[in-house]
Amino acid sequence: MRFYALSVYLFLYIPIGVIALFSFNAGRNASQLQGLSTKWYGVALSNPFVMDALKTSLTVALTAAFLATAFGTMAAVALQGIHGPVRKAFDLLIYVAVMIPGIVIGIATLIGLVTVFDQLNPLLATIWPGGATPPKLQMGMGSLIAAHTMFLMALVIIIVRARLAGMDRALTEASSDLYATPFGTFRQVTLPLIFPAVLAGFLLSFTFSFDDFIIAFFVAGSETTLPVYVFSSIRRGVTPEINAIGTMVLAVSLILLFAAQILLRRGARPTR
Amino acid sequence: MSIRTRNWLLLAPAGTLFLALLIVPLTVVLVFSFGERAPAGGVVPAFTLEQYANLPARWTAFKNTLTLAPIGTLAALLIAYPLAYFLAVRADPKWKTILLVLVIVPFWTSILIRSYAWIFLLGGRGLPALLEWIGIDGVRLINTPFAVLVGIIYGYLPLMVFPIYVSLDRLDKRLLEASSDLGAPPWRTFLQVTLPLSVPGIATGCMLVFILLMGEFLIPAMLGGGKVFFVGNALVDLFLQSRNWAYGSAVAVALVVIMLITVTIYMRLLNRLGARRDDVAIM
Repeated sequence: MRFYALSVYLFLYIPIGVIALFSFNAGRNASQLQGLSTKWYGVALSNPFVMDALKTSLTVALTAAFLATAFGTMAAVALQGIHGPVRKAFDLLIYVAVMIPGIVIGIATLIGLVTVFDQLNPLLATIWPGGATPPKLQMGMGSLIAAHTMFLMALVIIIVRARLAGMDRALTEASSDLYATPFGTFRQVTLPLIFPAVLAGFLLSFTFSFDDFIIAFFVAGSETTLPVYVFSSIRRGVTPEINAIGTMVLAVSLILLFAAQILLRRGARPTR
Repeated sequence: MSIRTRNWLLLAPAGTLFLALLIVPLTVVLVFSFGERAPAGGVVPAFTLEQYANLPARWTAFKNTLTLAPIGTLAALLIAYPLAYFLAVRADPKWKTILLVLVIVPFWTSILIRSYAWIFLLGGRGLPALLEWIGIDGVRLINTPFAVLVGIIYGYLPLMVFPIYVSLDRLDKRLLEASSDLGAPPWRTFLQVTLPLSVPGIATGCMLVFILLMGEFLIPAMLGGGKVFFVGNALVDLFLQSRNWAYGSAVAVALVVIMLITVTIYMRLLNRLGARRDDVAIM
């Protein structure tokens, strides 16, 4: 039994370990280890395409995670006190957002936004004042942030809601009995209690957005995120440089994920 | 400000986002699937079932998805169950949390990089070279259904382990003691007590993995080398290469409908078996 468990853990971590090991390859052949060095990290970090893609990925992930956490937490708190059709509609939308395959979300966002933009652009051109060139709506970083925010917001609502459901209602009641304003109750009672879940939601959202390939593939327009860059490089062949980029990507998400797990587990303890 | 107004204000951004980026886009896909292909690459609005009538042209993609998704789910279940059992019943409580976190974490890291690792391991200089060294020649692993299956199991194993672990962990251990006190051999305790009580976890795990596999693109793209392709790969081809939005939309709608039908049948079946489904968050 122990041996079995160990072999599954090896199965889970050996591939990650192999990538990390080969990223320190000194030779230029991707699959033959010829001494250790960090030179491919240098190569990757001085490649302008990689740095551009990294910058795009970080901007998108930070913005989308921040917006998703803010909007998701707001919605989760509001949904806590609502019953009836509005609540049912939101429950359905959250369910749909999480269940529909990422690839369908990507496709739908692409053709949906392109269709809407095609209608709006001529309209913008006619109402734009003073002969200046109006902004042209097109696919790019904005549409990618929007698509990620929508999906991640559904995720944040689920996480924060689970935490709100485990919260002792007597605490908020006591707070309002003691004449705290609703906002005061939120800031001083609810928020501190749900904060681990909110932070974990942010970290998970960030990693998801940073690692997402499929939605970005459809929605990013002419922008390239790091996963899209890596995907197209792999098609051209395996190089030690990709191993280095891959190891860095894995390291970023591993650190954030362990943090999120610890927060969620600490937060999951009963509050009474 | 009344509580009602406050709730509306809090829900406004979420509602707007859902409307603009979920409801409207999905409606556009549905409408386009009944349209006609425009010569320039867009869609001419129409009401025709032509795109749906053409679905059999992509039969191989549907067939591959509908065979490899269930096989992958089953294989993941068989590998995941003993591990979940070990974690819930046998593992030292001191190490349980860290062992569990170690299982969950890979799921949330880049599936792209993790599949890439297998290109490396299954490619000519990886496992095949190792096999050659011990005397087994000419084994081709990469770009085969086997490679895709390995990628699937590797990618989704954590998602299977977690719900099974939760249902086994929740199980009252005194039941196991009672069973053995009453003289049941371990295998009988397992078959008649442990296994039936973990059905909700198995059901959740299988559903989650199956749903995600139905929409898979990356694993077959990376490890199937164009020979083993899923509906997801057909969709990428239709939208990004041949730019046939009307037909692509019909394929996407068909995928979602097949998914919904399978999940509904599956839930009915479970309900008939009297099993509860555990909803657990894999986070």
